[in-house]
Amino acid sequence: MSRLQPVIVVIEDDPPIRRFLRTGLTTQGFTVYEAANGKQGIIEAGNRKPDLIILDLGLPDRDGVEVIKAIRAWSAMPIIILSARSNEDNKIKGLDAGADDYLTKPFGFGELLARIRVALRHANRSAAKDSGEIFNCGNLTLDFQQRTVSVDGKNVHLTPIQYRLLITLVKNAGKVLTHQQILKEVWGPSYQENDHYLRIYMSQLRHKLETDPAQPKFLLTELGVGYRFNDSI
Amino acid sequence: MAIERPDPDELLARVERDNAKARRGRLKIFFGASAGVGKTFAMLQAVHERRAENLDVVIGLVETHGRKETQALLEGLEILPKRELEYKGRRLEEFDLDAALKRRPAIIVVDELAHSNVPGSRHPKRWQDIDELLDAGIDVYTAVNVQHLESLNDDINQISGVKTRETVPDTVFEKADEIELIDLPPNELLLRLREGKIYLPHQAEEAVKNFFRPGNLIALRELALRQTANRVDAQMLDYREGHAIQEVWQVSERLLVCIGPNALAERLVRAGKRLAANLRADWLVAYVETPELQRLPSIKRDAVLRVLRLAEQLGAETVTLSSPIISDAIIKLARERNINKIVIGKPRRRGWRRWLFGSVVDVLISQADDINLYLFGSSKHDQESGRSGFKNSPLPGLSQSRSAKNRKRYRGYLSAVAVSLLSTVVSYALLRGLDLANLVMVYLLGVVFIATRYGRGPSVLASLLGVGLFDILFVQPYFSFSVADSQYLVVLLGMLVVGMVISNLMANVRSQAKVASFRERRAATLYAMSKQLASSQSEQQIVLAANKHLQSEFGGRNVILLPDRQGRIAYPADKSVPESLLGADLSVAQWVFEHNEVAGQGTNTLPGAAAVYFPINDGEAMQGVLAMQPASLRRVFLPEQQKLLETLLRQIGQAFLRVQVAERAKSTQLEITAERLRNSLLSAISHDLRTPLAAIVGSASALMEDNGLLKPEDKQALTQGIADEAERMSQLINNILDMARLDSGVVKLNRQWYPIEEIIGAVLARLKKRLAMHVISVHLPPGVPMLHADGILIQQVMINLLENAARYTPPGSRITISARITPDAAIITVADDGPGIPHGLETQLFEKFYQGHSEAAQSGVGLGLAICRSIVESHGGRIHAFNKPQGGAAFEFTLPATEAPPVLAEHLG
Repeated sequence: MSRLQPVIVVIEDDPPIRRFLRTGLTTQGFTVYEAANGKQGIIEAGNRKPDLIILDLGLPDRDGVEVIKAIRAWSAMPIIILSARSNEDNKIKGLDAGADDYLTKPFGFGELLARIRVALRHANRSAAKDSGEIFNCGNLTLDFQQRTVSVDGKNVHLTPIQYRLLITLVKNAGKVLTHQQILKEVWGPSYQENDHYLRIYMSQLRHKLETDPAQPKFLLTELGVGYRFNDSI
Repeated sequence: MAIERPDPDELLARVERDNAKARRGRLKIFFGASAGVGKTFAMLQAVHERRAENLDVVIGLVETHGRKETQALLEGLEILPKRELEYKGRRLEEFDLDAALKRRPAIIVVDELAHSNVPGSRHPKRWQDIDELLDAGIDVYTAVNVQHLESLNDDINQISGVKTRETVPDTVFEKADEIELIDLPPNELLLRLREGKIYLPHQAEEAVKNFFRPGNLIALRELALRQTANRVDAQMLDYREGHAIQEVWQVSERLLVCIGPNALAERLVRAGKRLAANLRADWLVAYVETPELQRLPSIKRDAVLRVLRLAEQLGAETVTLSSPIISDAIIKLARERNINKIVIGKPRRRGWRRWLFGSVVDVLISQADDINLYLFGSSKHDQESGRSGFKNSPLPGLSQSRSAKNRKRYRGYLSAVAVSLLSTVVSYALLRGLDLANLVMVYLLGVVFIATRYGRGPSVLASLLGVGLFDILFVQPYFSFSVADSQYLVVLLGMLVVGMVISNLMANVRSQAKVASFRERRAATLYAMSKQLASSQSEQQIVLAANKHLQSEFGGRNVILLPDRQGRIAYPADKSVPESLLGADLSVAQWVFEHNEVAGQGTNTLPGAAAVYFPINDGEAMQGVLAMQPASLRRVFLPEQQKLLETLLRQIGQAFLRVQVAERAKSTQLEITAERLRNSLLSAISHDLRTPLAAIVGSASALMEDNGLLKPEDKQALTQGIADEAERMSQLINNILDMARLDSGVVKLNRQWYPIEEIIGAVLARLKKRLAMHVISVHLPPGVPMLHADGILIQQVMINLLENAARYTPPGSRITISARITPDAAIITVADDGPGIPHGLETQLFEKFYQGHSEAAQSGVGLGLAICRSIVESHGGRIHAFNKPQGGAAFEFTLPATEAPPVLAEHLG
């Protein structure tokens, strides 16, 4: 598909927020289509074949999570959800249903733009080719073939779980993975592990890969939600 | 008489009566001497008059008996459908009380006040239905004949020879607001009878004809007229008292009716009632239970209970006393209660027996000079009816299995025989050494033994057997009852008399001891329960304590049912204990709760229910209902037991009240605090929200009004201002919402194990921009120190502390985050090297709406630290602030370790 400008569909019921998104995104070179409710949003997502969807979870006609499920039924396009601050559970449900990232209202436009760029970049990359044999990010290098990890060129020994955990996060770099998603991916669908084991493994991984584990660069925590591998360095 | 003014208590009582009447519906009774005088007709005519006055009148139930004139009057009136009931396979119709209560007319007509309802109805009697209608504030018109009045029932039975079983307590008649006498001279009545205008039940035609004799009718008419006249008299007195018309005033009379376990009791009660009514006196009915009387068969004791209950229905206060000497108990009661008239049966002992044993009446005559005695004789009729099944039948549900008792008695008799034989053997062995007369002692010893162990019957047998054996075996001629030496006759007679006297004495001692032990047990129960109730802190504990003690006293099972917020009785939410009664009938309980009356098995209301339901009140308001299925109903309905239960229930009710009052006081205190908080919140918010809003509105309008005059850097500055102020407002609102959520208690701690550095990492990532001007350093112990806490909330604490540090220190300052882990706590400190906390404000900082500098440029409602304190304290921890010795402020919070940190097992992978 040859399109000059990336297309974004905004599904949001509040007109002022729609207006500011439209103005801002258009200025930044995106083509924006708007939908004021879930039903219309699903139709727009189907008709416009957008590159990305911005979805408000609090819609008048249906739960935003339903919209995500409907879109995920036929497309892997990136979805960024917008949620109110008090609605933590809904946010996690949205991510579990397949959303890529979330922003809590109120948010700054710069923040949104950064998230959109990350999401688009990953979508393009996974669409083009499923990761190469070597992954490079800052001082971190992963060799998928050799199953080795090195920091500043020095090999780091990882346990099997730590390695699988890292791979899972790296493959979804930029995307927020919920605890549930990670547990399922690393330990398998039948395994219901306690959240705190995951936290301990993450902590160990940070100690092995990060320069300052208390201010990590790669392995970011979305407290209460999940983790995200940050490859925008 | 020397009384000048109405007794203030009496006046007060009347005011209360008037008030109660104002709330209750008014009862109008159409009163007649016999059937056929035209009560129903007159009643319907009155109804038509009310309807003409536009009042909402409904016919609840009217029996026209096919009379055309009456039938015609029913036309055009709203008639409630009757309720159909099935009883013993037959469909019966009955007045529908619930429909009437639901319909709530101003006036309802319910004919035949004395009617007995079909078993299975809520109340056994219609007058009770009517009472409930009145309680609901509905006026009732009803009709009744004179022979149905309880106190006249006996006399009329004697006059007419026709037994009327359907009776109405006199109190119903007396409490009626209006009585309309429907009078018809006997001649006209007989004329109407001949014309067939009077409805006669078919089955008893002969008896009814007998009833309608002229002499009979004249007597009935006289009674009806007199009854009405008495009432008018009473109203007159009432009026006089109320208006202080002062010529005649009487000393308040008190009448005591003493009854015994005989057929005369019922008549005494009715006579006492009439006497009391004529004298306008308070009256009591007393039954003195002597040790002998306690040994009466239960049927007779039930008969006494029944008479006591009748007395209560007739408006008497009943007292059951326990004393070995009847006259003493009566005199003591009379003195205590200021009684000046006693009604009692004539002495039954005649001739020498009376002279020898005395009689209660004689003692009363000689000892109570100031009390008037009224003696009533028993007629033949009484003695006969005393033997008839009706009066002696056991109370419903009060019968008891007696086989256990019998078994014990047989053992007693067998022991008596055995002891007599043993005495004989011992006597035979002692025969050589002792005089024959001394052997009598051996037998008497045996009698004493049996009397103490088994009571009177067996000991009488033992003494008889003793005399017999002694005579046959030891007195010449042997093996014969005949006695050769006449002096042995004296020995034998003495032995018999002494044996009997011992039997009697020992039996009395035994039963006294039993009574004493019962009393002691009651006192102990009461003490134990009140002690436990006093220490109960919640309704749940009260229920448990009550449940246990009631069960141990009354046996069976019980449950305490409490009302919910809407005043509906509900099943308890707690788990049942072994003593709990399951499946109590909530509708019965609800009725009891609303009417503050006992209902269920063995009572007059809903006797068909499986349990007895007692109201629990605290003396003023209803608290709940006790449903009980006692081991035997006797254990509950014996007067002494009933009093104990009342006391226990009162104690329970008051315990509930105490707990509620304590709770109310606590919640009032909370409300006051909340109110104060709301006020300061409002003022703080209005200031802190308005300031950024003013800046935003101002800057935005400046941008809009721009006529190309603003320089680009000014525009940039204005836009930046809007963004900053909006950010500040957003933060403020978040804080307010957080505080509200924490205060309202909706926040539930979701404690999990978090690596401390993960929380710190997330916080620093979130605050990257705000902390850009500060130097941050983190000091954590080696390894992976863990924190058992609600991560999101602790993140909020950290954010607030860091923002606080950033706000109150100049750019370039260093902020240090450090953590320590001790065996029983995790301690986290956020310190800066800024100006520090003004001296003395270290604790005030954590109060809501406190700000370091009032109205200062660094605004933000002083909620941040208050939120920190709420969160930390909800974790069971503490937070405090202090100035470091080397300068700068430090905030430190401690979270206690509640469980051991998880151990990671790598092999899980």
